[in-house]
Order: sequence, then C-alpha cells, then structure tokens
Amino acid sequence: MTAFLIRRLGFALITLFAVLTLVFVLVRIVPGDPAQVILGDQASREAIEALRERLGLNLPLHQQYAVFLWGALKGDWGVSMISGRPVIQEVLNVLPWTIELTLLSLVMGIAVGVPLGVAAAVRRNRFTDYAARIGSLLGLSFPPFVSALLLLLAFAIGLRWFPVISGGRGSFDAWYQSITLPAINLGIISAAYITRVTRSAMLEVLQEDYVRTARAKGVPWVVVVWRHALRNALIPVITIIGLYLGILIGNSVLTEIVFSRPGLGKLIIGALNQRDYPMLQGMMVIYTLVVVVVNLATDIAYGIADPRVKFQ
Amino acid sequence: MTDTLATSPGPSPPRRSPALYLWRSVLSAFNANKTSWVGLVIFLIVVVLAILAPLIAPQDPLEQNVLERLKPPSAEFWFGTDNFGRDILSRLLVGARISLVIGIASTLLAMIGGSIIGMFAGWRGGRIDTIIMQVMDILLAFPSLILGLIIVAMLGPSLLNIIVAIALTSIPPFARIARAPTIAMKEREFVDACRALGFSDLRILAGHILPNILPEILVMGSLWMANAIRTEASLAFIGLGVKPPTPTWGGMIREGFENILDSSWLVLAPSAAILIVVFALNLLGDGLRDAIDPKLKGEG
Repeated sequence: MTAFLIRRLGFALITLFAVLTLVFVLVRIVPGDPAQVILGDQASREAIEALRERLGLNLPLHQQYAVFLWGALKGDWGVSMISGRPVIQEVLNVLPWTIELTLLSLVMGIAVGVPLGVAAAVRRNRFTDYAARIGSLLGLSFPPFVSALLLLLAFAIGLRWFPVISGGRGSFDAWYQSITLPAINLGIISAAYITRVTRSAMLEVLQEDYVRTARAKGVPWVVVVWRHALRNALIPVITIIGLYLGILIGNSVLTEIVFSRPGLGKLIIGALNQRDYPMLQGMMVIYTLVVVVVNLATDIAYGIADPRVKFQ
Repeated sequence: MTDTLATSPGPSPPRRSPALYLWRSVLSAFNANKTSWVGLVIFLIVVVLAILAPLIAPQDPLEQNVLERLKPPSAEFWFGTDNFGRDILSRLLVGARISLVIGIASTLLAMIGGSIIGMFAGWRGGRIDTIIMQVMDILLAFPSLILGLIIVAMLGPSLLNIIVAIALTSIPPFARIARAPTIAMKEREFVDACRALGFSDLRILAGHILPNILPEILVMGSLWMANAIRTEASLAFIGLGVKPPTPTWGGMIREGFENILDSSWLVLAPSAAILIVVFALNLLGDGLRDAIDPKLKGEG
C-alpha cells in the first residue's frame, strides 16, 4: 500500500512538473511580446522595458524557467496585471465558491445517479431502463451553459423562485437561494454520467457467479443487489467519477458565468479577456493541482472500496 | 446482438476484404440498435440543411435591419430577430456549417492522431508504450474545456486554431481505443504470418490491424463529435468562437444572453439547435457502441 502510494505520488509530481513546463512554453509561444500586448500599441519603449523587467522577461529563457518553477513551488505565482494583488490570493479568495459548487453537485449526482443506475440495471430492457438510458443520454447532450440558461429562464426569470445573479452569502437563506440552481445544473449532468456507469457496472456484476450463489442460498434480492452487487460495481464507478471531475471543473466554469457566480470560472474568463498572463499561469497551475489531487484521491478510494486491489 | 466482431473471440466471419468486413460490421451494428438509425437520420437532416443553407435561408444572415430588431417569432421571422434585426432562422442554418465543420474536422484529426499514437504505442510496447500512455493519461485528466480555452486564447480564435485545440483535447481517448486491440492482435497468428511473408511493420499495421480496430474508432468518433460540437459551442459562448459577424450557435447564445430578460427566443433557438445535433450524435454513437461491443452495454 505504502509503496503504491509513493509511486502514485511520484507520478503526480511528474504530472505537475510536466504541466508547469507546458504552461511556461504556452505562455511564451504567444505571438508578440506579452509586455507589448499588455500595455497596448500606445505604450512608450521605456514603459515596455520596465514591464519586461518586472515580469522577468528580460532574463534568458532558462533563467525565466527556473524562476517560474521555483516561484510555483513556493506558492508565488506572480501578481495579477489587473488587480495588482498576488495571483494566489485571488485564487484562494474564490476557490471555496467553486469547491462548494462542484462538491454539492457531485453529491447530488451520486444521490440520483447510483440508485437510478441500479434500478435500470435490475430492470434491464424494460421501461425503467429505457427511460434512464434515454434520459441520461439527453442529460449528457446538454452543453452546461445551455442547461444553465434554461434553468435560469424557467426558475429565476419565469417563476422568480431564485435570484438571477447568484452570489449570496451570509445567511442560510441567501446561500440556499444562490447555490440551488447552479448546483442543480451541474448535478443533472453528473447524475447522467453516474447513472450510465452504475448501470453498466451493475449489469456486469449481476452476471457473476456469487450473485447467483447468494440468490440460491436464499438471500433476499434487495440485499443481493444493494449489498453484494453494488459494492463490487462501485469500483468502476469511482474510477469514472475521478475522471469525470475534470469535466465537472470545466463545466463549472460555464455554470459560474451564466449564474454570475464568483469562482475560478469567472476568474479565468476575466483573465482571458484582459490578457492577464500571470493570472492565467496561476489558474493553469491550480487546475493541474486539483486534477492531480483528485486522481490521487481516486486511487485511494479505489483501495478502500475494494480490499482486493493490491496496489501494484 | 448476434454479430461477431474481430475483438470478440469465437468464429470469425469469412473475410474477403477489409473494406467489405468493415461495411458489414457497421451495418449489423446499425440493425442491432434502432436508436442509432434515429440519431443518424436526424444528423443527416442537419447536414443537408447546413449544406443547403445559402439556398434555403429565408433572409441574409448578416443583413442588419434596425426597424426589425428583437422581433419575437412570427410568420415572417419564424424564430424571431436578434439585436441587429437579423433573422435568427437564417443565422441558425448558416451557423450549422461552422458547428459541423469544426465538429467533423477536429474529430477526424483526433481520430487519425489518436489512432496513430495508440497503434504505435501498442505495437512497440515496453517503455515507449508506458511513457506515451502516461502522457495520454495526463491529457485525459486535464479539463478539456480549460485546455481548449487556453490554447484558443493563446493562439487566437480562428477556425483552424479552434479545430486544432478541440482535436488536441480528444486525442487521448482514441489513443486508448487503438492501443488495446493492437496489443491483443500483434500476438495473433495472422500477424506472425504477415511477418513471415516479410511485410513491413507499417504494412501490417495499416493493412491488417487498422481494419480490425476501425469499427470501434468510428463509433467513438460519433460520440466525440458530439463532444466536439458541444465544446465549440462552449468556447463560442465564452467569446472564443469564430469571430463575428459569422454566425455560430454558441456565439448567438452569447449575444442573446444580454437580452435574456425580455427576449428569450434569442437563446432558445440556438440552444435547441445545439441540443438536437449533440443528442442525435450521442444516440447514434451510443447505439452503435452497444452493438459493437456487447460487453460495454451502453457505458457512459
């Protein structure tokens, strides 16, 4: 177990290093001088030189790379060109909003998707199954901003149950009002994914010998399904949820924009629109960190769900 | 699901030519699952509409008309008009071309790139295989929308850059699909026979292994095309689509979003268009995949 974790950790570190390098290269192959781009065509030569110096762009490339890596390690990701505040501070300010939203929607997705997937597998090729399959396929077909817009139109603009701009904090009421629609939006898509994976994993497990044995010795069908079969079906489900988190993070960007909700999504779009390069670099690093941590957590969850996993 | 395919053991169908074999397996996959037909028909209708767009569009999609701005759907403007008085139906029809071109081109690119990478990794095996697949895993784990967004933001939102960015984010799944059967197949007797005959690696891979994994790659292609069209729309919604005034569905929603409080048709029509195309492709791919690999049983 320990050896396995160390290897996974090593892989995570290599991933992080690779992405940091990619970020470094990407930002530097942009056509044109970043300092020029930031300051615009009207900027004086001196101003551009000063900014180049401040951004460290006057150093040789390998030194820039060393400075960049060392900074990333220390948590010093530079200063936002727009707000003048440290990138890491800006990121940490909005991170709770995004984490709250994605975790809540994931919980909703699991709460709806797992039972639905099990029900569809148990009633294979009957109405429940077809409804679950078509429904989840439809859920997967929604671009997240389209479903968000429809929710916004129906429940915030049409029925006026929720505010159109959702950034409420302070009281439980304000919180609940502001998070419900965004969380439902992401939750529907999560549920669609999880339903499909649970269904196919359950179908596979229900054909196993031990399921037949359990039934033969008189274990009630409900217990067989929910205890014997589901426990084993959970392993692929966890894998897919881990992979899906990457998609979920992308989807949260679009959701945050539609609902005007603070979070990483609004931050990255703002940085894109204003060509805030240090901010973009920082965002890439934080996204990579999240992905790496999630992958690691998935591996560990894998071991907990299935004691047979030998962590090779 | 009575068809027998290369990836499953058991009696193989008589093989006359790879092309014939491919055609037969695709056809039998279609017949095994009726929903794929529904998806295919809807998708083909959209393709035909997109091709005929300049002929059948009732108005000029770019012509602005201040007198007719923000008109709700009517007999004259079926889906209403936008903020500049442009006919939404005409813009939808022409916008379909961008969605389809980007969807098809980026998926083709990813299919070709991913298959080559996956087959190469599987064929070579060993350390090269491990390294390539770990790189693919990293790419796969990264949020594709964020990756696409950053690439397009860096390179600039042109048609070609968008296609390349979306293709890059969808290479890893194709590499995975191409790799596994390559590994399984390189141990088979017919590959040994090819080697004994002195065929080059390239000839064995292209002529004898590729046809066997092609059905699976094509099926995944339709699912990833759905994904590509969704990603293109998302990028356009963020403002990283093909530059205005060229109509794109995501861009139309972006523009309509500003007037969402009183003119909801601005976002509803393009939303429905995206949803219909993506859902049709998903129906197509999902049904086919079910038939092609009975083990998967419609995994998401």
